Amino acid sequence: MTRSHIALFGFLACVAALPLFGEAYALRLGTIACMYAVFALSWNIVGGFAGYPSFATAAFFGLGAYTTGILMNKGAPLLVSVGVSLVFCLLLAAAFGAVLLRLRGHYFAIASLSLVEVFRELVNNATDLTGGGMGLNIPLVSGSSVMSDATFFFYAMWGLLLITAITVTIVASSKLGFGLNCIRQNETAATMVGLNATLYKAIAFGLSACFVGAAGGLYAAWVHYIDPSDVFDILYSVKPIVMALMGGLGSPLGVVFGAFLYLGLEEVVWRNYIQIHSGVLGVLIILLLLFLPHGLVSLRIEKIRQALFGRKASHV
Amino acid sequence: MSEPAHEILHLSNVSRHFSGLKALSDVSLSVNKGEVVGLIGPNGAGKTTLVNTICGVTPASSGVVTFDGKDITRIKTYQSARMGLSRTFQIVQPFAEYSALDNVAAAALFSQPGESLKSAREAARAHLSFVGLDAQADQPAATLTLAMRKRLELAKALAMKPKLLFLDEVNAGLNSAEVERATKLIHQLAADGITIVMIEHLMKVVLNVCTRIAVLHNGRLIADGAPRDIIKDPAVVDAYLGQQYAQRNAARG
Repeated sequence: MTRSHIALFGFLACVAALPLFGEAYALRLGTIACMYAVFALSWNIVGGFAGYPSFATAAFFGLGAYTTGILMNKGAPLLVSVGVSLVFCLLLAAAFGAVLLRLRGHYFAIASLSLVEVFRELVNNATDLTGGGMGLNIPLVSGSSVMSDATFFFYAMWGLLLITAITVTIVASSKLGFGLNCIRQNETAATMVGLNATLYKAIAFGLSACFVGAAGGLYAAWVHYIDPSDVFDILYSVKPIVMALMGGLGSPLGVVFGAFLYLGLEEVVWRNYIQIHSGVLGVLIILLLLFLPHGLVSLRIEKIRQALFGRKASHV
Repeated sequence: MSEPAHEILHLSNVSRHFSGLKALSDVSLSVNKGEVVGLIGPNGAGKTTLVNTICGVTPASSGVVTFDGKDITRIKTYQSARMGLSRTFQIVQPFAEYSALDNVAAAALFSQPGESLKSAREAARAHLSFVGLDAQADQPAATLTLAMRKRLELAKALAMKPKLLFLDEVNAGLNSAEVERATKLIHQLAADGITIVMIEHLMKVVLNVCTRIAVLHNGRLIADGAPRDIIKDPAVVDAYLGQQYAQRNAARG
């Protein structure tokens, strides 16, 4: 286990203490932050390790949300429904991955984007099962009070984030992660040394979808109502990429930081510049990427200290 | 000579075309265990295509390839690598961000089923030292010189425990000292009993190392035989070596 992985789990432990201090608003933000971090970590498997820029996050988020929503309406308990969402997305994404990941670069990006549209249209048209454009109501799960509900879903999402982080750090230091990194650097050479690239990419795509699907399930149960344009929102595909770029591509610690930073920016900007918030957020993101092209993880405490105090120290 | 020749690779009537272009037509060739076969021919003759066809990168349009008694005509690239077919690339293909050690470890890791990352790295060290890259083990492959990257390719190919090794112009772009060093390595491999098929333009190296030469021209095999016969073969002289080379060679006796 590397130092950055230890730092990652330390950070997650701190996040877990949030309900001790926060009220319902803070818990809501915390839940979304954990969800974003799940997205970013998941995207990192296929985008950061294997180097395939996937825009499919929203597709599996929506699919997971609807899977859980439908199952809970049929009386299944939350945990079972979310579990089914996870497995369903894993298998479906692995199958799609084996086909889609034959495309490279821009072609793959467009193909993965089309998954979102295809799933949305399917859900829109399967009116009997999903309610179509009318959306789907999901029965309440936990206790009656607002606070206990908020705390429950915060810990559920945090738990999912923890599982995702454990999986991603295991992948990063395993044969699978090593192979995915080989694929990113030179796929031809990787197959020439005996790596089954199709299998590896399918597993990577499956892993990058399953936790997103589970997050979708938790989200559906949390907000009690979903409709296709909400959960198949293309922004869910774009945000994780921005977070990963802001945090530092490939580094699990970096992308989690990126997710929290992104949500922080989003919230601050939204509060202060309600009318032009997306414009301001866009400018901030561009500035961050211009001045920190390798993301937050490229910041070194030592360097910051040198920049702040270095010159002074040399005069003493 | 007393030992019966054991055929390791056999091509019968292999053709490969890229839409209209016939890159290989009706190539039949066999390679015996322990041979060092030189594959020569002018640029665009189909030498690299032939290697790609055998390794499954661009499978044959028609014909049959057998390796170690098994039909591998339609095999996938990664499967051929696991069967013991390994190659170096004319244009080097390193994992640029990985250290030299991890480049070789990747080759050991993915070509041998059940290999662990740790044992692959240990094996990689031995191969790096064989090609003389000990000192560069922890350097990213992108920072190595061309000669070093060529040797890294060789170390990667060796880490795959090849039964048959293709060397695609390992000497191209190297200076004479580097060529000498690479030639020595090839001799050593041949002495270790690895069957080698090498694509090479430097006739000095080919004549020095190879036990047999096959000549490709316009996708056809125009000659196949002992080096001293090949360099006198009028068809080969016309297509590749040139009259000057033949005369110089004749003068030297």
